[in-house]
Amino acid sequence: MTRDTRNPGDVVFEARDLKIGAIQHDGSELRIVKGVDFKVRRGEVVALIGESGSGKTTISLSALGYAKPGLSFTGGEALLLGQDVTKMTTDELRPLRGISVAYLAQSAAATFNPSIKINEQVTEAPVLHGTKTQAEANAKALDLYRALELPNPETIGERYPHQVSGGQLQRLMAAMALCGDPELLVLDEPTTALDVTTQIEVLKAFKQVIKEEGAAAIYVTHDLAVVAQIADRVVVLYNGEIKEAGPVHEIITNPVHPYTSRLMDAIRPMPEAGQGEESSDEHLRASPALEARGIDAGYGKGADGLPLVPVLRDVNVAIERGKTVGIIGESGCGKSTLARVYAGLLPASAGEIYLDGERLSPGLSGRTREQLRKVQFVYQMADTALNPRQHIRDILGRPIDFYGTAEGMTRRARVDQLLDMVELPKQFADRYPHELSGGQKQRVNLARALAANPEVVLCDEVTSALDTIVAANVIDLLNRLQRETGVSFVFISHDLSTVSSFADEIVVLYAGMVAEQGPTDRVLAPPFHPYTRLLVSSVPEPRVGWLEEAAQTREAKAGASGSVQLTKKGCPFFARCPLAIAGTCDEVDPPKIDDGSGHIIDCHRSLAELNG
Amino acid sequence: MTGLILRRLGIGLVTVLAVSLIIFFGTKILPGDAAQIRLGQEATPENVAALREKLGLDKPYWAQYLIWLKNFMTGNLGISLASDVPITNLIADRYKNTVIVSCLTALIGVPISLMLGIMAAMFPGSLYDRVLTFVSVSLVAAPEFFTATLLVLLFVFALDIGNAVVVGSTDGKGFFELIAHFALPIATLSFVIASQLIRMSRAAVLNVMSSPYIEMAILKGVPRRRIIFRHALLNAIGPIVNVVALNLAYLVTGVIVVEVYFAYPGLATLIVQGVQSRDFVLIQGLGMIFCLTYVVLMLIADIAAFASNPRLRHPK
Repeated sequence: MTRDTRNPGDVVFEARDLKIGAIQHDGSELRIVKGVDFKVRRGEVVALIGESGSGKTTISLSALGYAKPGLSFTGGEALLLGQDVTKMTTDELRPLRGISVAYLAQSAAATFNPSIKINEQVTEAPVLHGTKTQAEANAKALDLYRALELPNPETIGERYPHQVSGGQLQRLMAAMALCGDPELLVLDEPTTALDVTTQIEVLKAFKQVIKEEGAAAIYVTHDLAVVAQIADRVVVLYNGEIKEAGPVHEIITNPVHPYTSRLMDAIRPMPEAGQGEESSDEHLRASPALEARGIDAGYGKGADGLPLVPVLRDVNVAIERGKTVGIIGESGCGKSTLARVYAGLLPASAGEIYLDGERLSPGLSGRTREQLRKVQFVYQMADTALNPRQHIRDILGRPIDFYGTAEGMTRRARVDQLLDMVELPKQFADRYPHELSGGQKQRVNLARALAANPEVVLCDEVTSALDTIVAANVIDLLNRLQRETGVSFVFISHDLSTVSSFADEIVVLYAGMVAEQGPTDRVLAPPFHPYTRLLVSSVPEPRVGWLEEAAQTREAKAGASGSVQLTKKGCPFFARCPLAIAGTCDEVDPPKIDDGSGHIIDCHRSLAELNG
Repeated sequence: MTGLILRRLGIGLVTVLAVSLIIFFGTKILPGDAAQIRLGQEATPENVAALREKLGLDKPYWAQYLIWLKNFMTGNLGISLASDVPITNLIADRYKNTVIVSCLTALIGVPISLMLGIMAAMFPGSLYDRVLTFVSVSLVAAPEFFTATLLVLLFVFALDIGNAVVVGSTDGKGFFELIAHFALPIATLSFVIASQLIRMSRAAVLNVMSSPYIEMAILKGVPRRRIIFRHALLNAIGPIVNVVALNLAYLVTGVIVVEVYFAYPGLATLIVQGVQSRDFVLIQGLGMIFCLTYVVLMLIADIAAFASNPRLRHPK
């Protein structure tokens, strides 16, 4: 099939009353997809939007005639270029896959085979199916590498997947999908795992390439703001059924179905000045609950006793009693490392940690049980943090016994109380973690930390793995718990909008150094640190045309290039900063500009310059 | 990666040294005096003392250990206490038998087992997979003498081919004559190592087969065979070579039952004889040889695993 026969408006894919289910042991069917109908026309991007469990990935994979292990097509049709792929055998499907229809998965890091060079994987499908010779496929791949603005397009294919960055790998996966000139692209949450500043670049590259190649696309996501940038039409899914479908601007400006409205509401509004909660000083005492002073930390130990891989440099962050400090930054910037230093899991190589004004030993072993009790950790993945072979009662009971926090109650009563605090029924005490949903597990994970009656809870990306609406509920819960118990939270996230919605203070971390910190409404208003400005301008807005505007800002242009690395001296943001002063920023550590309200920017530029 | 290999090499050396200490001082704790054993019960105290001096047994233990270690490194394993001949002569013939049987078993048993295991991983849950799993689990449970007996009953008594007892010299025999000569021991040992190799290679490949990049290959329309041999196997090499190395080490050091059963002289029976005749020198020498075999095989396995890992071959 040649390009010339492709007419815009032709139906490339159509689902007709498509049903997909799991056949259970007793022969009955557990239906995942309950009869959906939609069309994808040439040159059109159709977004499937919904939460996990809505069936969006399952539906998208049906375009390749593929059902995940355990699932099967139980009714209806999935027509790819007029052929029903649900009725075809694997041998019949093989020539279509990678050629007529191609797939992009959520995590490129997991989707590339670690043992095979990138170029072989990118060109594999067309060469294997005989639609291109190796030389033709290589030429096509090179064109795509250039179109996707990958660095060193001539040589990047000779590398192994681990030798390129996550954002690059995500774009390379797009090249892999497009190399066979597919009629239909299936993109499954292709930017969800990326940092906001990377997401912009990847989205821009995807959008442009899809347009140039004239392909049709199914774009699976849970993020309406992303949908607004890339999709022409939207299909809203809930529990395996279509709730609403239509052109993107209609869905976003005028959602009809209540579920769509809920999805819209769950998108936190853009961080803006004056949005943070009124800071009251009544909780303030002389000393903060937990304070880091001049922390250097890293991994490994070199000959000089300093870390082999330095991660943090000169970090000063104080956590006030009863307040929430949001720590934001991109992956690899040292957010989690800072939490581990606070908790004593990773002793700092320099600097001190103070708890209630009292100096703490850097490592766990030097801290008293009482000190340990006061600082608790909540991990991102409740799945791995909760012992799968213990009842919830034992998971919560262990810290109660260890720290003696039953306070006159029976252990059973205290467990019930903790479950009540995180809004779970007390019957859950006798369940195993795998019997709970993702959001419920995260609540148990939180209750486990609360069992110690802590003063400070370190929350490491606790909402990142959750769906939008579930995450919003967990945030509400954290707010309530803080009001009731006066606990302090350190809330670590790469998601600026989540942090800004409930943190009292924000610390912006870049490549191991604090770029800016202060009260939320001050940090999110000018004057900005140049990196904060890049972050703020990178958060997608749920409106059509945002992507094009955002990509034109000087921050985005400058930020696209350059490495994220902790430097020995100077400002680590130097390589990506549009305001960088050569010879100064890369040589001299930035001074702290304090405007007197506790809002501190680490930058060589003056406040007036940063205001502009 | 060179650094990693050097470190493994270092760890291997430390292991050998540690084992040499255990072997040397372990045999020293045993009751009995080498000179006394060698001269027999009737020897006069003067003769014993003279021999002790000649053998260096009057020196302090650490000095004896250093001399022994130095001799071992130069290939001098000492004189057997039981038979008065150099240990190297004692070992030479038997080493040949052991090496021939081990190598032939490895050449035949390892590739067949790996192929069977990988094929089981290609069609998990199929009839073939279930039968193979059943057979390999049964083989794990069956002791070597039982397998050997079954083979002898079947081939020697029922079909009248092969020898129940392996006798005669191997000198001048060609490759296939050697296989025929050792057919039944090789078959027995192949069965013994097959069960573990099949199960481990199946598990290793299946583990990789559940990776997202395999799903991606399926969605690119890559045929099943290419998925297994190009996409999956490369990533399963690490765990597989380790199991292979462990089994090869077993073939050199642990085949005593099979040697006794088929009555061919190998190293494993020799060390039992050494223990029975309280031949410390022999035990020490063989112990060190077994230790070296293990360490070298594991080292090769580690290097192969490193080499199959592109993260180590091509650091960022």
